[in-house]
Amino acid sequence: MIRVVLPGHLRTLAGVSGDVELQVEGPVTQRSVLDALEARYPMLRGTIRDQITGQRRPFMRFFACCEDLSHEPPDHLLPEAVADGREPFLLVGAIAGG
Amino acid sequence: MSQVRVLVGTRKGAFILTADGTRQQWEISGPHFAGWEVYHLKASPADPNRIYASQSTSWSGQVIPRSNDGGKTWEPVGNKFAYDGVPGTHQWYDGTPHPWEFKRVWHLEPSLTDPDTVYAGIEDAALFRSSDAGQTWQELSGLRGHGSGPRWQPGAGGMCLHTIILDPSDPERIYIAISAAGAFRTDDGGATWRPINRGLVSAYIPDPNAEVGHCVHHVAMHPSRPGVLFMQKHWDVMRSDDAGDTWREVSGNLPTDFGFALDVHAHEPETVYVVPIKSDAEHYPPEGKLRVYRSRTGGHEWEPLTEGLPQSNCYVNVLRDAMAVDSLDSCGIYFGTTGGQVYSSADGGDHWAPIVHDLPAVLSVEVQTLP
Repeated sequence: MIRVVLPGHLRTLAGVSGDVELQVEGPVTQRSVLDALEARYPMLRGTIRDQITGQRRPFMRFFACCEDLSHEPPDHLLPEAVADGREPFLLVGAIAGG
Repeated sequence: MSQVRVLVGTRKGAFILTADGTRQQWEISGPHFAGWEVYHLKASPADPNRIYASQSTSWSGQVIPRSNDGGKTWEPVGNKFAYDGVPGTHQWYDGTPHPWEFKRVWHLEPSLTDPDTVYAGIEDAALFRSSDAGQTWQELSGLRGHGSGPRWQPGAGGMCLHTIILDPSDPERIYIAISAAGAFRTDDGGATWRPINRGLVSAYIPDPNAEVGHCVHHVAMHPSRPGVLFMQKHWDVMRSDDAGDTWREVSGNLPTDFGFALDVHAHEPETVYVVPIKSDAEHYPPEGKLRVYRSRTGGHEWEPLTEGLPQSNCYVNVLRDAMAVDSLDSCGIYFGTTGGQVYSSADGGDHWAPIVHDLPAVLSVEVQTLP
């Protein structure tokens, strides 16, 4: 199972209280994880990546295993520790706005 | 006894204020959607328990919550606003072409007759409609396709379609306004549109006959006289008696004719309210005195309404969608400020009192009069 950590305001929107666990078929990539996340929680569509372009929203960042993966291509494999559930895939709202 | 429900959108959530018809004791619920900007929320005239809201942040974009129980519970519905076809470009601040990009929903206008039909005015300016209670949205692209779209330019707050007025006497007629393109009207249900800006004078536009480019801040209409419109332009309070075909200035003796909010008394179509703001550089009331101005003559002659409003050291703003009226026998007037106060008057503006003092900055105020 893939573990995903949502920022607080998206946990509220999705109605979840802790980490989200997802079953991802095939290669574990940003795209496949977010596809699975949005399929399970449709209210999150458009809040992490643009619904038209599929691009990550500018103030949303992706982290795992102490690394910023925000600028990795969406179809690159995520770290093995994410794929086997040892480490979570973190969606983080950028500290911005002053 | 009748009830009043005030729907307040703020920078950090929505609040619902309710009172009985005396409008003396208020119950406050919220924040709903805590931490999110709520540009607007509005209930269906056909089903008062159906409320649509615009919830957004720069981080997570747009969400459209819908309530079917008067705001007690909410569920997110569709938030995909895809421009029809190739979006094209409008003008950027420096005059260069800039691609049309969806940013947020500024205003939601439910149909007068069908609770499942609702219009959305968005930034970058376009008009969308949902006929399935907000699940899916389709652009009424005849507006951007009018031909002037590539010449539209954003105002300081963005290129927003902020005003939508449905004509109660003609379901095919809709008015909208865009900062800083101007006002437009359709007479065929949104298929085709034309600019209705003749008579508007904007010093920053070299061409006095320019059909678009005017920074219209807000437009209001009394339902009994749908051909009469009042407008708060960037500068100037304007009036049209021919459904927007021509406009004339009615600023009269206002201390400043800059402002954002404007509304019409529920029972007196010639009684109009504005909140003068000092200037486009200084977004607060002149002399630090928060004054609503009322005209009982459809403009030109204005009287300050000050009883119960701060008359010194007040430097808040009242934004374009932050004034509304109820329809009780003694018409109630409501407005919210960027300082987080929501003021109400139960006697047409003669006396005011704050319902709440310390909300986040108020972006919008709507009122429902319930049986």
